[in-house]
This record gives sequence, C-alpha cells and structure tokens, in this order.
Amino acid sequence: MSNIDKNKVTIPIGPQHPSLDEPAAFSITLEGEKVVNAVIGVGYNHRGLEKACESRTYIQDLYIVERVCGICSHAHSTAFCISIEELAGIKVPMRAEYIRVIVAELERLHSHLLWLGTACHEIGYDTMFMYTWRDREKILDLLASYGGNRINYGVNKFGGVKRDFDETTSSDVIKTINKLDDNIKHYLEIALTETTLISRLMGIGVLSRKDALKFGAVGPVAKAAGIDYDIRVAEPYGAYKEIPVKLITDNHADVYGRTVVRIFEMQESIKIIKYAIKNMPAGEISARVPRRIPAGEVLTRVEAPRGENIHFVRSNGTDKPDRVRVKAPTESNWHGVQHMLKGGKLADVPITIAAIDPCYSCTDRAIVVNTGNDTKIMDWKQLRQYSIDWYKKEGIDIAALKL
Amino acid sequence: MILKMLIKVFIFPGFLFMSIYSFLMEYLDRKIYARMQSRTGPPWYQPIADFFKLIGKSEIIPKDANPTMFRLLPLIALASVAAAFAYIPIYSATATFSFDGDIVVVLYFLTIIPLTSFLAGWYSRNAYATIGATRILTQMFAYEVPLFMCMLAPALIADTWSISQISAYYAVHPLHALINIPVCLTGIIAIQCKLERAPFDTPEAETEIVSGVLVEYGGNLLAIFKMATNCELVLVISFFSAIFLPFFTGIAWVDFILYFVKTLLVLFILVLMRATMARLEINNTIRFCWRYLSPIAFAQLIINILVRSVL
Repeated sequence: MSNIDKNKVTIPIGPQHPSLDEPAAFSITLEGEKVVNAVIGVGYNHRGLEKACESRTYIQDLYIVERVCGICSHAHSTAFCISIEELAGIKVPMRAEYIRVIVAELERLHSHLLWLGTACHEIGYDTMFMYTWRDREKILDLLASYGGNRINYGVNKFGGVKRDFDETTSSDVIKTINKLDDNIKHYLEIALTETTLISRLMGIGVLSRKDALKFGAVGPVAKAAGIDYDIRVAEPYGAYKEIPVKLITDNHADVYGRTVVRIFEMQESIKIIKYAIKNMPAGEISARVPRRIPAGEVLTRVEAPRGENIHFVRSNGTDKPDRVRVKAPTESNWHGVQHMLKGGKLADVPITIAAIDPCYSCTDRAIVVNTGNDTKIMDWKQLRQYSIDWYKKEGIDIAALKL
Repeated sequence: MILKMLIKVFIFPGFLFMSIYSFLMEYLDRKIYARMQSRTGPPWYQPIADFFKLIGKSEIIPKDANPTMFRLLPLIALASVAAAFAYIPIYSATATFSFDGDIVVVLYFLTIIPLTSFLAGWYSRNAYATIGATRILTQMFAYEVPLFMCMLAPALIADTWSISQISAYYAVHPLHALINIPVCLTGIIAIQCKLERAPFDTPEAETEIVSGVLVEYGGNLLAIFKMATNCELVLVISFFSAIFLPFFTGIAWVDFILYFVKTLLVLFILVLMRATMARLEINNTIRFCWRYLSPIAFAQLIINILVRSVL
C-alpha cells in the first residue's frame, strides 16, 4: 500500500476515504507529516449528462440539468432557463424572477451551512457539524414545503417558475431565517474567537490573490483572496438587477478566509431574501414558451453558492439542443488545489480539499480507467470496438444478440 | 481468603465491575456528547450491542502483519488496564491491593496501553496505521511529563507513594486538597490528552488517517481493543478522582455512590471538552502540553514541596 523511499511515504486519500463525500483519488506524498507532492485523480463520477441532453427535448433537459448537482441544483436550472429564455426571446415576469432569487438565496444558505458542517467535521469539530446541519434541515424543510423536494426542488420552468410564493410560505421563510440569523451570529462569534478552530484554519491552504487569478479560482475561494468578483454584482441577472447585493471579500486568502466569507455571505443572503419578499411585485409567474427554440448560441453565467456557474447552449432550431455545456464552479477551483496542498501538513489535507467545496460529479467529464501504467485516450469508435472485443473475450457476441 | 481475593480481582471491584462500568460510561459519554450536539444519541444497550456484534464478526488479519502480535496486543492492553484497576480505591479509601509505590505502577500500566496501540499500528503494515502509530508516540511525549507531574504533586503533600494512602490522607485533611486545584485543572486536560479524545484525538483522526492504528483491526480483536479503550477511560477517571477528589464518608455504600458521582462529574467535564473544541494538530498538542501544562505542573511540584515543609 505504501511506497517507502528515502523517508517519503505515499498515502492514498480516496477513492474511498472518510473525509471525501464523493470518490476522488488523492495521492499524497509525505515527508514525515509534511506534504511534498499531491496528485489529484478525478474521473470516478462521469455520468454523461451533457451527451444525454443532446438526445432529449428542452423540457426533459431541464430535469437533467437540475440534477447536475445535488446542492446547487437551482443555480444550474436557473442558468439553463436563462439560456433558453434568451434564445427564445422571452421576457420573464418580474415576480418569477424574485421567486427565483429567493430560492437561489435559500439554496446558498443551505449550501454554505452544509459546507460549514463538513469543514468542521474535517477538523474534528463535530458539534458545529451537528448544529449547522440541524439548521440546514430547517431550510430544506422550507424548500420541500414550497417546491416539493428537499433538493432538486423543481421550481424553475422556461419562462418563469412553477409555483407561486403565497403569504404563508413568505411568513414561514421569514420566521425561519430570522431564527437562523441568530444562530449564524453565534457561529460567526465561534469562528472569530474559538482558538482551536482558528489554529486549524488560519494559514492553511493559502491561495494568494495572484495565484487565485492565475489558477482561475471562483466563488468563495477567490473572494477570500480579495478578488471582488461576483456575477450577481458584476453582471446582474434576473431580479439581482433590482436587489442590492453586498459583495463579501476577505484578505486572509486561506481556509479561514473562506470560512468567514461563507458565513458573511449567509448573512447577506438573509438580507437579500428579506428584501426580495418585501419588494416582490404582484403579477404573473410565468410566460408562454414555444416548443421549438430558434437556432443560436448562448452563454449564461450564474452565481452558484460555490462560485461562477457557466452554461453554454447551442440550438439548431429543433426541439432538442445541439450542444449543452455545463461548467460547474469546482472545475475552476480544482486547479489551485495541488498548489494549496503542497507544503502543508497531512492533518490539513482534508480541510484544504474541503475548503473549495468540491463537487466531483458536477465536474467529471470523462472516465479514467486505471489498469496499469499505460495511458491512452480512446475516441467513441475505439471505445465501442474495445467493449465489443471485451465481451467477445468473455464469450458474449454482441452482434449475435437480438434486441 | 484466596477465594475472597479472586472475587475482588475478577468480580468486584475488579475486572467485571470495571467492564460493566465501562459500558455504562461509554453510553453516558456518547449520550451526553449527543445531547450537547442536539442529537438524540444511542439507547442504553448500544455499547453492549456493539461489543457483541463485533465479537461475532470474523477475524481478518492482514497478509503482511505478524499474526501472533496482532492477536496478542489487544489482550495485553486489556490486561494492563485490569491490572492497574486493582490499585484504585472504589468504595473506600483503601483499594484491593496497595503498597507504597503503587502510583508509579499504575502510571507504568497507563504507559503500556499507548505502547500496545503503537505496536498494533506498526504490526498492521498499513500506511494509515503507521502514521497513527507515530502520532501516538509523539503524543505520548507531549502528555507523559505533565501528566506524571500532575499526579505526583498531591503525593508530595500526602508524603506517600500509595494511591490508597493519598486518598486516606486527603480524606482526613480535605482542605489540603485545595492546594492542588491548579494541578487538578491541568491534570484533567492531561488525561484528556492521554485518552486521545478531542481536541487531542490526532492519533485516530478519522477524517485524516481513517482511524489510525486500529484501521486493520476488526471482529473480536477490535472488540477487545475497544473494550480496553473504554476500560482505560474508567481507569483514568477513577485514578484521577481518587487523587484529586478524595472525599469519603466512611460508610461503604455512600462512598460507592460518591465514587459514581465523582467519576461521572469528571466524565462530564471530559465530554464538555470533547464537544466544544476542534482537533489540534500534533505539533500544537506538543506545544500546548510543554508550554502550558508542564510549567504549571512543575510550579505546583515546587509549591507542594515548600508547603510540605510548612505543614
């Protein structure tokens, strides 16, 4: 399992490891407790969603796109909806835009609470983990009562939203987030004062402003390095054009900075939700959308809880898209991880990886089959031939099968 | 006479009592911890159910491991805890066995447990276990000195090296125990470190090195190791309360209840520490132990020597 070579030990973290939520293989080379090299292996979660989108209608694709990510599902479906609406030239009613913002900010709240919990679990602070996940459950209950599901709420549709936001829902939301606001203040106080927590977070996984720009980091990772870039502010979409959003940045450039940014962002989200509920205009919640979308290309950017979320859609005038490309925030944040890990300690590896809030299945676009030392890339035809040959070797002739 | 002795060693207040109390203590540990995290926590029979479930599992020994040592080490750990427990006073100020110098013997037995864990990790031939094993030894260097000084400081005032006589001395002079308050506070941190519980759970950090030395252990061997760890909890807490909370009434059954009150109070503080802090890194553990715990304990030793000459 280990290769001992001149005091250097290589230990695997993943594909199966308690600190990883999804499979990914990190090969950490250690000198004592110090990390001298880190090799990141992804490619365990490829689901072929982009390809699947091309063979289905736009309506069906909406459901696939919503399932790109289990946490920021609304951000993905919003980006996809905005793309289609732009292609079809539809004006979404303002009330629907406000509802989208409220759901998006609730999603940001539960995503950041989830992150705070897992991050605290990585550094062995399980009490905080339990507290934040208890609070997150309240948000999920809200979303379930409004959308019908705890995650993948299915709120968005082309041209608007599916359900209206009535009085009882609004008052429930306000009640819950007011309570949450007090709890978040408490968490912030802990994060700013608890010595053991600070000693585990401060100066860990540093990605300076320069490096963050070089590696193209987005979201809280970039904001913690002092990069004041947020799509909600830089290029407002939907109701963010009307709702004031305060951009949160920090200058620590480490895991501590990322924690603080996320906690402040939660407070900001609560303010946005309150503002949106108070100023929500009356009216329709959706507009009619044609089944066939006019030919064209569109690129949409949306601020997901983890950072910038990019969707590219190319339409050829039929009821099916020609190409859908999803770039989840983790894809941008991956590149800096190796840099962050090097020079750190083994004890800091899990928290450093967790600090970018990685979502492996959103990111994977290929499968890596590691059978030996030789690496080769196969195209579609070769892959098909390989599978036919493999089955023939096993005694199954695919060509002879009648389906 | 011999029968009476055997009953004392194996049944009460010996091995059987310690095992049953360790199950109770594990339950309370987990339950209080869960309540502090606003969870429900396990039912009362959970530790026993876990134990018997593990006992029923098959035994898997890694190919590279030394089978004899792999099987023997959990038993050595449990045996050393059981042996040390005979010197701890339970229902009166006098323990089953006592002689002048048994405090050193108990501290010696307490050192054997991390050593067996270290060897268990080392003989597993696994990367995680090896790192866990080195961390156990590193952590031992951090807490041994402050822990020993903390435990020996009260002995200086009592002018004896026997746990039973220390208890008896402070039972007669309860006010003298107040002198030991600083070292009592550092001692409780040192035993948390000794028991490898958060914030000092670096050797078995689940999210970093899976579970450290016990990663290759399973089945009945793991059950025995877990039992040894729980018994160690009982042993260390009983040892701590015998030295720092030696308050006795002289009536056996009242003292027996008092023993539970004292040990559970210490357990509660340990759980509170576990629940409110994040895991320290190994270098911070060493720095903390040597920078804060050792000087306080050392100052107390000097104070106690001076106080002893006055008293």
